Amino acid sequence: MKSPDFSYLKVQTMADVFSALQEHGDSAQLLAGGQSLLAMLNLRMANPKILIDISGLESLKGIHKTGDVVRIGALTTHHEVLSSSIVQTHVPLLAQAVPYVAHLAIRNKGTIGGSLALGDPAAEYPAVALALNATLVIQSASGERRVKAIDFFLSLYRTAVQAHEVLIAVEFPVATSNQRFVFSELARRKGDYAMVGMALAISLDGPTIRDASLAFMAMDDKPILAPHAMKAMVGQPINQQTIAEAQKGLDADLHPAGDLLANAATKKHLSRVLLSRALMQAGATHV
Amino acid sequence: MSENCMHAQFTVNGETVDAQVPVRMHLVDYLRDELGLTGSHLGCEHGVCGACQVMVDGQVVRGCLTLAIQANGKQVQTIEGLTENRELQQLQAAFLEHNAFQCGFCSSGMLLTALEITKHHKQATREEIRELISGNYCRCTGYQAIVNAIESVLVKSSSESGAKV
Repeated sequence: MKSPDFSYLKVQTMADVFSALQEHGDSAQLLAGGQSLLAMLNLRMANPKILIDISGLESLKGIHKTGDVVRIGALTTHHEVLSSSIVQTHVPLLAQAVPYVAHLAIRNKGTIGGSLALGDPAAEYPAVALALNATLVIQSASGERRVKAIDFFLSLYRTAVQAHEVLIAVEFPVATSNQRFVFSELARRKGDYAMVGMALAISLDGPTIRDASLAFMAMDDKPILAPHAMKAMVGQPINQQTIAEAQKGLDADLHPAGDLLANAATKKHLSRVLLSRALMQAGATHV
Repeated sequence: MSENCMHAQFTVNGETVDAQVPVRMHLVDYLRDELGLTGSHLGCEHGVCGACQVMVDGQVVRGCLTLAIQANGKQVQTIEGLTENRELQQLQAAFLEHNAFQCGFCSSGMLLTALEITKHHKQATREEIRELISGNYCRCTGYQAIVNAIESVLVKSSSESGAKV
């Protein structure tokens, strides 16, 4: 299909963004990489009066490590995240997840901020942000506010970003040497929408799991944590019994509705498979 | 009600385009309908199939997920403009040799992905080639012939560069 009609404004400064947002309110839509938005326009799932193209704002691009935080500008592309040595070294969970984000041509244009701000429950970055307790940095004309991932994703395509605000960056904590990370996802075709996906971060104290964070995607109307499974892992060594207990926890944590890709029972089964594989992988890399 | 248009200036295959562009029109429609460059194909129109791929400022992108107005100030290259390119000619010859064209609908998009592979993933294994072309649907070949063709170009160019050392 063809997109509905709209007007278009390419902005050069953040001040221009805020004044355009003030003028047009809810009828405006920010355009970053456009790799979800243009599809939604072509499918007429979105119908903005005006697109505010922020893709030229250089200040929202780039990956920097400051102390124990890696800050990624909202307009940084998937390709740039994928090729970043800072991400490889300091945010390994994110590095594992990016290859699952769409395909080569889309990764050249799509942005991390665009994906996070869209809030698609089947997307990779939201689950990674949740598992790593990332901080989302949101700016408006009156200043900046910082929101933790758990408070950022509200429901399907709804986030904490208000109509007058812009997501400008995401901050991930730097990985420590006792942490292990596994990102895993099942889709019909790699890069397509996930049937189920999982982001696991654990801290080890010798052979014992001291802390665990486990997020799932494509299981609800937003990325969700799995608190029962997390609790079942803490204080335990990585072995078959712990895996079984954590899988049992998933039964209490996950209540997926079926979708076109997989029914609820399949999704629940696959979540247990992914968690089992992930823990075995994390255990195998234990030193 | 007439649709919104805006002025844009960009190059397509080296030639300047200076025109009023309907802002809702995506780049492939503009290339095909306004400029008559029908080498880029229109398949799904929502970013899934890859048939519409073009290069913008040297990077392969989905033409259906790029507005024509977003090309303002940029350099666009299509399959038509890239045929003089030596790497692309090698790929086209290899596709022909390995019977990787067949119906041809996916070919222009597939070749641009293949071009990016030969530029940036020279050491790609068969498995990696499969992953890198996973964003381009082909309904004829079963991909085997395409992977064979791309692999043959990578092997050839690595042995050529090896011979120089």
